[in-house]
Amino acid sequence: MTVSEADQLVDFEATIARHDRIEPRDWMPEKYRATLVRQVAQHAHSEIIGMQPEGNWITRAPSLRRKAILLAKVQDEAGHGLYLYSACETLGASRQDLTLKLIEGRQKYSSIFNYPTLSYADVGTIGWLVDGAAIANQVPLCRTSYGPYGRAMIRICKEESFHQRQGFELLSTMMRGTDAQRAMVQESVDRFWWPALMMFGPPDVDSPNTEQSMAWGIKRDTNDELRQKFVDMTVPQARALGVTLPDPDLVWDEERQAHDFAQPDWDEFATVVKGSGPCNAQRIAHRRRAHEDGAWVREAATAFAHGGLEARSARTSTSVDESGAPAAQRGLEARSARTSTSVVARGGLEAQTSTSVEASTP
Amino acid sequence: MTDHHNAYDGLLGGDASQWAFGTDFEDPLAGVDTTLPEGADAAALAAYCLMLGDDALIYSHRLSEWASNAPDLEEDIALANVALDLLGQARLLLARAAAADPDAVPALPPGSPVPPEDALAFFRDEHAFRNVRLVEAENGDFAVTVVRLLVFSTYRLALVQRLATSRDPVLSAIAAKAVKELTYHRDYAGRWFLTLARGTEESRRRLVRGLDLVWPLHDELFVAHDVERLVAEQGVGVDPASVADEVDVLLEQVFSVSGLERPRLPRTGSVAGGTGRHGRHSEGMGRLLAEMQVVARAHPTGRW
Repeated sequence: MTVSEADQLVDFEATIARHDRIEPRDWMPEKYRATLVRQVAQHAHSEIIGMQPEGNWITRAPSLRRKAILLAKVQDEAGHGLYLYSACETLGASRQDLTLKLIEGRQKYSSIFNYPTLSYADVGTIGWLVDGAAIANQVPLCRTSYGPYGRAMIRICKEESFHQRQGFELLSTMMRGTDAQRAMVQESVDRFWWPALMMFGPPDVDSPNTEQSMAWGIKRDTNDELRQKFVDMTVPQARALGVTLPDPDLVWDEERQAHDFAQPDWDEFATVVKGSGPCNAQRIAHRRRAHEDGAWVREAATAFAHGGLEARSARTSTSVDESGAPAAQRGLEARSARTSTSVVARGGLEAQTSTSVEASTP
Repeated sequence: MTDHHNAYDGLLGGDASQWAFGTDFEDPLAGVDTTLPEGADAAALAAYCLMLGDDALIYSHRLSEWASNAPDLEEDIALANVALDLLGQARLLLARAAAADPDAVPALPPGSPVPPEDALAFFRDEHAFRNVRLVEAENGDFAVTVVRLLVFSTYRLALVQRLATSRDPVLSAIAAKAVKELTYHRDYAGRWFLTLARGTEESRRRLVRGLDLVWPLHDELFVAHDVERLVAEQGVGVDPASVADEVDVLLEQVFSVSGLERPRLPRTGSVAGGTGRHGRHSEGMGRLLAEMQVVARAHPTGRW
């Protein structure tokens, strides 16, 4: 380490110690940068993969109001993915590269999305328990040391809170419905309770990255602390809903002023993380298909921004049109025998940013 | 710093105002005077609202199938926006239909809490849906989707611009809202149409193929059903034939700047003399409805 690097490290550590933000142009240790890229990318991937289990029910939503709520929620998740990939880009990563890492299995996403959604109640349960657990994980990240990540998390947490309320409200409405609906809610909670507890990660004794991440202010609470907080918040909500959490060991501990509860099946967790969950292969295949099916569209947009077909033919053209029309325009006209004579070819970027159909026309 | 933990505190409170969408179903026309304008035929107005509402509902359904499948995140978000706008229009139009003519709403078991808009969306059979066949067609690739959205949004924008002067103040208000939304939809589709036409050889090839797939269903948009003619005469609706020329000019502008011509293909024929507006649909419509209605129909007394 050179002298100036040593000075920079002192500055960096002083910033962390003051609980100030590290910003994209600040010097940072390479390992800090790499840890952040890994964490933020995994978070972005989780949002994008998370669109699938809930998207599974958009076309079957049982009321128009629920369909609007669910579609807007899945749309929000795409938005969260966008902010987070953008935060990652401030660290020198690219969305394209991160997407490839996701579909090639080189970066992970939250394992909860490797469980299937099997009834409409799952839409509510995911909102209540899964988004609830995500909020418990993510609220401390609003104060994380890296500025762009922390600011993205503030907005994301607000929207996630909204989703959690919507999920809770769906379940509470269904619980006021028919016996079949109440049974559907209970069955869903039974399936999602343990995977939701797993969302906080392995017990602290088995969590290899926690210590360094906490020292750097990337992480603010340990896995077990957050899990406890989540259970304590969820128990009264379950009571208000009238559902039973599927843990016979769940009791209030007067001495600790907290609930005692059983551990989820950590062997199952390890299996799902390693790729053998019920939906791992399906989720990645879906993402890969969407990405590959869209390749020609992304290529077309990029080509158009650089002048499109006209620019390509212009590069091969050497003569000057006697009408004085731009070579780019002649390129297109030569290509298309059906071109109308009123075409005024405009630059790709200019047309791309025009604000109405009419604005693009002569 | 804001305490984001308050999300949890909010879950158990008794104050309904904290909920984003209220705590229960709310009639989208709550508080609106739905009295019929003088001289308007209630059954015809309801049937007309179902036609426009079904166009929006079924097309919204198809567009929502793009969620998590679009070429990029920006397009996922944009297509969801369009689908949400159309779903909002559908809810208002179905509610308007139910308010104008309660007999149009399918009967459900006594005590069922299913509101009229959902009874109409989820408990009508295929032949009772009055959407044009253009909107029920499967999405196809992004180029087919762009072509269909351009044609539909150009047609519907021209329609609702006229409908904004309807003698029915409810329809007029719904149309005024829809004008803003459809202006964006048409703009979005128009920009992508141009991008694909002039992007790469591949995108142009796909766009031309998309035009060939979509165009045969284009003419049906402008053929007036008796109900449409009647409500137009009564000053509450719009005869779709009256917007054909305007739509033609607008589409020609887009084709022209894209260096394309409209396909010369025969229109899709009718079924026993009827098309979508008569409740005669394409084969895919039954599957679309089977999926859309499956949960609601399994719980006819369910509360969502």
